[in-house]
Amino acid sequence: MTSRTLGLARSQPAFVASLAVLAIVLLMAISGGWLAPHDPFTLNPQAVNQGSSASHWLGTDEFGRDLLSRLLIGIRPTLIVALGATVISAVFGSLLGIAGAYGRPWLSFLIMRAVDIMLSFPPILLALLAVGFWESGVLSLTVVIGVLYIPHFARVAHSATLQVTRQEFMEAEHAMGASVRRVVFTAILPNILSPLVVQATLTVAAAILLESGLSFLGLGIVPPEPSWGQMIGTARGYLGQNPMYVIWPSLLLALTVLAINVVGDRLRDILDPRLREE
Amino acid sequence: MLEVRNLSIAFKTRDGLKSAVRNIDFTIGPGEILGLVGESGSGKTITSLAVMGLLPPNAVVTSGEVLVDGTDMLQLGSGELRKLRGRHIAMIFQDPIASLDPIFTCGDQIIEAIRLHETVGKAQARQRAIELLDKVKIPDPERAMRAYPHELSGGQCQRIMIAMAVACKPHIIIADEPTTALDVTVQKQVLDLLRGLNEEVGAAILLITHDLGVIYEVADRVVVMYSGDKIEEATTADLFNNPKSGYAKALIDSMPTPGGQHDRLPVIERDALGNVFSVRPEPRVRSSNVAAAPDANASPLLEIRDLVKSYWIKPAPLAMPVEMRAVDRVSLSIAPRSTLGLVGESGCGKSTLSRAVMRLYRPDAGEILFKGQDIASLSEGEMRPFRREIAMVFQNPYGSLNPRKTVAELVEAPLVIFGEGTATVRRRRVAGLLEAVGLPATAAAKYPHEFSGGQRQRIAIARALALNPSLVICDEAVSALDVSVQAQVLNLLKDLQVEFDLTYLFISHDLSVVEHVSDTVAVMQKGRIVEYGSAKAIFANPKEAYTRMLLDAVPTIGSDRVGKGGA
Repeated sequence: MTSRTLGLARSQPAFVASLAVLAIVLLMAISGGWLAPHDPFTLNPQAVNQGSSASHWLGTDEFGRDLLSRLLIGIRPTLIVALGATVISAVFGSLLGIAGAYGRPWLSFLIMRAVDIMLSFPPILLALLAVGFWESGVLSLTVVIGVLYIPHFARVAHSATLQVTRQEFMEAEHAMGASVRRVVFTAILPNILSPLVVQATLTVAAAILLESGLSFLGLGIVPPEPSWGQMIGTARGYLGQNPMYVIWPSLLLALTVLAINVVGDRLRDILDPRLREE
Repeated sequence: MLEVRNLSIAFKTRDGLKSAVRNIDFTIGPGEILGLVGESGSGKTITSLAVMGLLPPNAVVTSGEVLVDGTDMLQLGSGELRKLRGRHIAMIFQDPIASLDPIFTCGDQIIEAIRLHETVGKAQARQRAIELLDKVKIPDPERAMRAYPHELSGGQCQRIMIAMAVACKPHIIIADEPTTALDVTVQKQVLDLLRGLNEEVGAAILLITHDLGVIYEVADRVVVMYSGDKIEEATTADLFNNPKSGYAKALIDSMPTPGGQHDRLPVIERDALGNVFSVRPEPRVRSSNVAAAPDANASPLLEIRDLVKSYWIKPAPLAMPVEMRAVDRVSLSIAPRSTLGLVGESGCGKSTLSRAVMRLYRPDAGEILFKGQDIASLSEGEMRPFRREIAMVFQNPYGSLNPRKTVAELVEAPLVIFGEGTATVRRRRVAGLLEAVGLPATAAAKYPHEFSGGQRQRIAIARALALNPSLVICDEAVSALDVSVQAQVLNLLKDLQVEFDLTYLFISHDLSVVEHVSDTVAVMQKGRIVEYGSAKAIFANPKEAYTRMLLDAVPTIGSDRVGKGGA
């Protein structure tokens, strides 16, 4: 077992490293508050915008709160929003896309034109509208971002399904008298999984960025609760005094998104029996 | 002119080099046509790519040289190679429509081919291009110059490719399966053309094909390859009259030839020592002793009456749609346990007909009587019981199996759909079916991509038989397979017919295959059945001119050779 893990680490270092990064991020999300060396909400006017020091490893923010502690507890809302939104958009978007490609003409007309209309608005604008009417918080943010990415999944699933439905094995399924449910879940879905997985990894990354954007505009996670995006947004104002303030959350965000993309890529290969290695 | 000496090529893999071609030698002189024949995977295409200097990056030449007019192609840099290609060597590919650039007109592509290698003006090149098209016998060259590849038929596209290949009067033309994608009648015209040009231009032609009939028609000499080795080299006449190697003999034997009615086709086998020989397997013993002869007087299993299926197409974007009858008042009947062969060229409507019988389309008019009941206008729900009775084997063994499923899942799919049996019962049934189609039991856990084309077609056949259907529609079921594999699958189909009491609707463009399997034959042209009768009668004494033309076009061993005045 250990030798296999070692062999995997040697043949695919990027994949193993990404898995490790994700594991650490997940661990921090679960036990963030407990790991934090300081109380993330304690203000300290004597020590604002400080660099790294022995007591504050990553420095402090504009109110003198410990950055490391805020980063640690800021993971949870960021991850919940990103993963939740991805699940919502993946499930509904894929089903809509498949229905749009495989369903009756009027149904596919309705679905795909609705998707076009949604895609023609910038997502941040729609999110602003929705969040503006709703109470802002983790749940509403998750739902809003999830719904916003439905059209993207629907588009990807739609075009992939169109390709699959032209293949002969679809004709073979019909000739055997397969039910619609069987065709969708055993013939279409497994064969469009690759682009969907790629789209999902992209959506996780995009959702984190959108969450950051909304929090940056003050419409996402409500202060004093921190999230990475919100921290990046605030830190921008203090670039001159404390450049590390913006670098730490950005670095973590970039690393997480990169790890998710690498793992997603590998996942796609593992799911395809043709690319699986003996 | 072209000399290949001791050429060996290997592929780089994870476990080191894997040899693909070993110690190939051959030469072609000016004006000669050398046929390179072998099954898929025998290394013939990789050899031709080496001659063009177009080897893929994971292939390495381990020894040997390729001399073109005395220069070794393998030593040249890419710039020098480019100059040589087109001027000295030109290539004609298998799929003519795919090898032409879809966004340029055919004329532009020929003009570009000329101007790449010669410094001539645009107008002059255009004049040359029209002359070339005239030479390759394209009707109305001016129109073909303006046409885009998708506006022309496969045969016309192949003529354009040939025109481009001969544009700069190359010394050597490599033709890789130039007629495989074409209909028999078109194939005959293209072969005629190649032969004629060869005499006129004096180029040497390296003709690569798996079809011995094609070799017989046009080649002067033949090199036979088998799994990377040269097995035999002989003049065409010698090879067919007196093949020296066991493999060449077996290959010639396994071709279903018109007129030669046998119950079984010989197949190629390889013994433990690696010797290749041909055997004519005995039919498998039938479990019950009931006579299997098709009963012509019994009521037909399937009867089609005046079936019509049309498409509405717009000749121009703004024009009114016009009706195109893909299937035009077709009437047929098939007796239980017999085989109806349906022959016709591509686009004649035979696939549309088969899909209408499968009720993948709803026909516009007419009746489809299956066991006396009309299924032509049943709803999908009412059709369900009939889906058990009618099964289909598709043309493309690569496309008709869901790549994400294991073989066991694929074969048991019909059982699952009809909720038949428990998991254990189904597993036993799958094992039985795999055995019946001659696949090892270990195949069940594998995925389709781990099998060869012939094996995949066996999987498709096993799936078709899962529910014990009475009618099996084979739509070009063996067309995508090599001759020797084709023989194995045809034998299998015959065995299974006896074993499972099957009735076949066998659709093919290949007359020799149809003659081999069919009891009755229907010839289809432009949506209509032009001739219909017993296989013996039609092949012995075709009444329709169209049937005769189809029969004449089949390249066969022993017939007169094109352009050679029956040498």
